[in-house]
Amino acid sequence: MTNPIDAGGAAAVSTMPASAPLRVRRTNPIKEILRPLGQLLIFVLGSSIVMALITVALALILRPTRDDMDMLQITLILLPQVLIDGLVLGFMYATIALGYTMVYGVLEFINFAHGEIFMFGAFAGVELLLWIERTNGLDVGNLAAYGLIIVAIIVGMVISGLLAITTERLAYRPLRGAPRLIPLISAIGVSFFLQDMMRFMQSAINGDFYRTFPDFGPFGKRITLFSMPLDDRTIDIAIQVKSLIIIIVAIIMLVGLNYLVNATRLGKAIRSVAQDQRTSSLMGINVNRIIALTFLIGGALGGAAGVLFAFKFTRADPYMGFLPGLKAFTAAVLGGIGNITGAMLGGIVLGLLESFAAAYLSIFTNGAMGAEYKDILAFAILILILVFRPSGLLGSKTTQKA
Amino acid sequence: MSEQPGKSSGSKSTKRDLSDEGLITRLLAGPLGPIFVIGYLAVVTFLLYREPRALLLRFLLFAGLLLIYYMPHKAWLKLLLAGVTVVAIIPAVGLKNPFLLEIGFQVATFATLALGLNIVVGFAGLLDLGYVAFFAVGAYLWAIFGSQQLWQLHSSPGTATVYNVFPLGAWWFWPFLIFGITAAAGAGMLLGTPVLRLRGDYLAIVTLGFGEVIRVLANNLDKPINLTNGPQGITPIQRPPLPDFILHGALPNWLSQVSGRTIGEGDMYAFFFYFLAVVWLVFTIAFAGRLENSRLGRSWTAIREDDVAAVAMGVPLRRTKLTAFAIGAAFSGAMGVIYAANRTFVSPETFSLTQSISVLVMVILGGLGSIPGVVLGAAIVTMLNIDVLQTLSLQLSSLRQGTGMIPLIGVPWAELPTQLDPARYQRLVFGLLLIIMMIFRPEGIIPSRRRKLELHEDDDPLAPPADSENVLITSTGGD
Repeated sequence: MTNPIDAGGAAAVSTMPASAPLRVRRTNPIKEILRPLGQLLIFVLGSSIVMALITVALALILRPTRDDMDMLQITLILLPQVLIDGLVLGFMYATIALGYTMVYGVLEFINFAHGEIFMFGAFAGVELLLWIERTNGLDVGNLAAYGLIIVAIIVGMVISGLLAITTERLAYRPLRGAPRLIPLISAIGVSFFLQDMMRFMQSAINGDFYRTFPDFGPFGKRITLFSMPLDDRTIDIAIQVKSLIIIIVAIIMLVGLNYLVNATRLGKAIRSVAQDQRTSSLMGINVNRIIALTFLIGGALGGAAGVLFAFKFTRADPYMGFLPGLKAFTAAVLGGIGNITGAMLGGIVLGLLESFAAAYLSIFTNGAMGAEYKDILAFAILILILVFRPSGLLGSKTTQKA
Repeated sequence: MSEQPGKSSGSKSTKRDLSDEGLITRLLAGPLGPIFVIGYLAVVTFLLYREPRALLLRFLLFAGLLLIYYMPHKAWLKLLLAGVTVVAIIPAVGLKNPFLLEIGFQVATFATLALGLNIVVGFAGLLDLGYVAFFAVGAYLWAIFGSQQLWQLHSSPGTATVYNVFPLGAWWFWPFLIFGITAAAGAGMLLGTPVLRLRGDYLAIVTLGFGEVIRVLANNLDKPINLTNGPQGITPIQRPPLPDFILHGALPNWLSQVSGRTIGEGDMYAFFFYFLAVVWLVFTIAFAGRLENSRLGRSWTAIREDDVAAVAMGVPLRRTKLTAFAIGAAFSGAMGVIYAANRTFVSPETFSLTQSISVLVMVILGGLGSIPGVVLGAAIVTMLNIDVLQTLSLQLSSLRQGTGMIPLIGVPWAELPTQLDPARYQRLVFGLLLIIMMIFRPEGIIPSRRRKLELHEDDDPLAPPADSENVLITSTGGD
């Protein structure tokens, strides 16, 4: 198998020899928690700085093309907010991308329905909170509100994880070993089926197919991080409590997954199955169970991301999973599919790129291209990456197999 | 539908051993078969003439074509029967109920698309999830040049003054059929070139992205130059000119008398587009059938099965894959031009991912790589889409008007949410069809011979297992 779920760590990724699993490695739990944190910090800072520099350089170059406004000034005013928005989006993409990457690492199969599993998680969380709202339970203090969000996320994770296992059992497992396109087509079918299934359930029960995230707690409040003097005025750089929660939860997920995969017995089994299913089964690993668990973990992460997504954009609808799913897949490919660290990096980079495109495309092109083109950007990146570096930013080997 | 297999099997059909054929074929063997089929068609036509709006009868008429396909007789007989059905019976009943012509037109349109996709997916094994983009290229090509859009390039949507003059005459439709083919083939190459190195699932995602890119472009190219008129779409688009005696003269008058219904210009255009689409479909079937067994077709099969081995045997990988994309795209490009003229309106909504997937469902349902299968799949999915689901919706809404109760749960029909409209649940049906087909019959309803062998390797006790790794996994995993 050419495509192990990598042990994490940029250095380990590029140098890990094929015999790595044979070496007995002592894992230090503290180190396993700190290392991904450090990596995330580097990714966030690095990509933010790179993006900011590119944008400022573009603004300087394009400045003479517009005389109705000072492009550089506007760019600088928008920059911090765009960065924050991009990071929030990026962390969500990273969380979703992990689901693709885990499954791909183990089965070399693109779980096309992952976006819909994400959507089911979002609905589970929203429905739970709406149910609590109906029983007047949302009129609570700040602390309890945080607790409710956490409960909603956990419920979303459970539902999505179970759904992921169910789809694996019913729609993918019977096709294991068939020609490669067949499970993929089945996954497309699952994706379509789940979309309209949710629409059907929502329509039958509520009469309408989308749900609005209830408004409660102190989440809309903005915390001013710092004030930036610019010419004659000052600009407050603020972050919503909501966005902060999203970032923190996503970081916990990412670190937790890293720990699970790299420092536990189960993680070792997952890595082993990713490396070589046949040998793993000879070593006493129940391959089917590990694959199901991989779906469970990936699905649970997707569900958490779904609740966060609905939380951020205050809406859950049956088709919400499609674009984020596709973009998260792009993120996974961008970072090197099958590589957990890569998925985090890819997610962050893609989130930033998208947020920058949405904010600046219209300014830089004098209104000729609007923010709608941000979706095209993701696909353009996907095509470019696949053509020029199919192994992704952090991948070391070609992951394609016929 | 019946032409291709007729050609390939007709010559030896009389001597063929029928024991391994399907039940229908065996039942239709002998001289009684054609008599039964002719009688069947006559009865269905008669009933349909009496009851033009019956859904079941419409189905039975199209099922007649399937019966003809399954007949184990000489090709000329099957072709004759199919020709009579398509050229005479359907238009004749269409006089009574023009909706039948609409179904015929759409079935032919989507069958052509599915045949084009079948070249890419079925023959060459390149999964293309953005296929409808090429259809969009053709449709928008004629939409832009065959409407007044060219006058409005510099005004935002909906603000331009409307002229009575079109920049190009309506007869340009015919040259534009060729241009549509060329443009779509060009788009196919454009997509094909960067993704040549990808295979399998990566290719699927990239083509899906390409399809979305085309849709987003169609949605947003109303600025800086108003090329596509944005989400509002372009209308009116010219239809090709027809001679006056067809549109207004003795012919429609005579048809009105025969059918007891006023046959106007719109009806005559419905006939025209029906025949145009059928002609293009027949051409596509013939072309695809010839391609399948050509040198190029065998190259496609070779790269589908194993591209490394194919290259080793001297198949030019680049050129072969690019031709698959280009030819597959070309069919749908021309159909796009016809579709735009038929609708006199195009908008980005027509070219969604759902549409791409529905074409894929047609190919998979019928049988990857199998020309008769793909046409059958197109007919089933299209009728499901525009006929069955719509009819169910109508039934439901009429039930909703009434005071009846839903059986079993005892809720009045009127309280059923309007969102529960069967016509909106195409994706549910398509999704289920895809999953079920993949699990139980991945080779499709009418499988191509090669694929049937491939996918049922393990049915043969002597054949080695398809994937020894997989066998091991299934045997060790216990749960």
